[in-house]
Amino acid sequence: MTLEGLLPELAVIRKDFPILERTLAGGLPLVYLDSANTSQKPQVVIDTMVDHLERHNANIARAMHQLGAESTEAFEAARDKVAAFIGAPERDEVIFTKNASEALNLVANTLAWAGPRQVGAGDEVVITEMEHHSNIVPWQLLTQRTGATLRWFGLTDDGRLDLSNIDELINERTKVVSLTWVSNMLGTINPVAEITRRAHAVGAIVVVDASQAAPQLPIDLAAMPVEERPDLVAFTGHKVVGPTGIGVLWGSREVLDALPPFLGGGEMIETVRMEGSTYAGIPHKFEAGTPPIVEAIGLGAAVEYLGHIGLDAIHAHEKAITAYALEGLQSIKGLTVLGPLDAALRGGAISFELDGVHPHDIAQVLDSRGVAVRAGHHCAKPAHARFGVQASTRMSSYLYTEPREIDALVEALEYTRSYFKLD
Amino acid sequence: MTAQDLDALYQEIILDHYKNPHGKGLREHADHTAEVHHVNPTCGDEVTLRVHLADGVVDDVSYDALGCSISQASASVLHDLVVGKSVDEAMAIHQEFLTLMQGKGTVEPDEDVLEDGIAFAGVAKFPARVKCALLSWMAWKDATAQVVTGVGAGDGDK
Repeated sequence: MTLEGLLPELAVIRKDFPILERTLAGGLPLVYLDSANTSQKPQVVIDTMVDHLERHNANIARAMHQLGAESTEAFEAARDKVAAFIGAPERDEVIFTKNASEALNLVANTLAWAGPRQVGAGDEVVITEMEHHSNIVPWQLLTQRTGATLRWFGLTDDGRLDLSNIDELINERTKVVSLTWVSNMLGTINPVAEITRRAHAVGAIVVVDASQAAPQLPIDLAAMPVEERPDLVAFTGHKVVGPTGIGVLWGSREVLDALPPFLGGGEMIETVRMEGSTYAGIPHKFEAGTPPIVEAIGLGAAVEYLGHIGLDAIHAHEKAITAYALEGLQSIKGLTVLGPLDAALRGGAISFELDGVHPHDIAQVLDSRGVAVRAGHHCAKPAHARFGVQASTRMSSYLYTEPREIDALVEALEYTRSYFKLD
Repeated sequence: MTAQDLDALYQEIILDHYKNPHGKGLREHADHTAEVHHVNPTCGDEVTLRVHLADGVVDDVSYDALGCSISQASASVLHDLVVGKSVDEAMAIHQEFLTLMQGKGTVEPDEDVLEDGIAFAGVAKFPARVKCALLSWMAWKDATAQVVTGVGAGDGDK
């Protein structure tokens, strides 16, 4: 079957991902619909990492030998590739972290410390009810530690941000607005540019969790008008077909320069004396210690791979698969999709409820048919509470997802209904 | 996991308890009672569970639970197995169930002790689901210990 918008080379792309060839217990083919949790890895990422470990391994930025030079060059080339992937205005604005959580914690922690951007009592931080826990808890910690107030954008019944009180929420006391670009639970794509413009108008900085956006939306920060461009953007490597253990914080030079260092240690210094130290400039100021070198290099290969296919094409593919999945899911009796029902307004993660069967039980039965999905609160408990559900089942597609896999999901959900004797 | 494994997990007994849970609902008792709230942080399953002891005997276990079929059925079986038993006997049953669930599918359950609880033998082969089966049992042990030691009696909330 073909749908308009599918990647034309889908069969070839699938061959790039060796794991898609494997079978599960009982000889069943793998139907991997958990890419919002973590994406699968193309051969080029695996090979790049193995090649580095086999032939070029050395610590970076300190070894004076040939391997050290090769390793440093590969690591910094990965930074260039990541900068190109998000259209960073400057390559040195790309900071490597362990994951998106560390990137967000870096920001929320350093904002508590003395500096021109310090958050204190009386200040306000605004987040949203649809955030992943990693973009909630760091801000709860920041506001608790500093005496600032944490405020929230609510959600509409159809799973979009409720902007009706934006003028009241974003005001002269607002120091930080932090939001997800694409919800990992509802799939909603948020109006980042509009909210950023409002926040900048009151002098607040904007932090964007792009963990679900970076895999599927074309991002070109340099092309955004500066008043609409977020100040800090975090995402993780393993959702953009890269390895785990590597994340990215992009920040504008102006804001990164204004934040104090996060972790202290090797690499982040200019000079260290017993009476005090001075710090390196960005990016090294925020990269204390030996970084995850081979993971960064793997991430570089990953974003280069996505760039070759093209994020516009990947986004079109995701929209086509998502529309097809929304249609298939809604054909199932007793199934309710959480979040927008228009594929143009959302990303490729679709959470749903099925009357009479708990999400864990759904996921278990689907697994017995080779269909891998996620069940639970997806680290978004406030968003689930907003819709009065304790847990949900989530399918999430990616550039390698085929329509027949959506068919397999729908068929397995019908089987689940019969297994639990519904009707 | 194959269809056979699935049937091993979802024994009819488990599905029966899930559809018709025994002892469900929270009941009031004047004294010798404790209430706890336990959650499974990885999946969000929750149970609020009250224990009432009378003269060293488990007089009542009442609960309000949100979760999957395994966690719901397990609370129902817990109720059947421990109500009416002395605290010592009930703790021994608890230990037997715990051993079964932590046995990775290698422990042969004793039907004389665990009755319907033997249906959970299949669950022990699914590491991700063991916590579901143990949620209410751990809550029961916690609440019972609170009544016995007098700590947090009446309002023990975890």
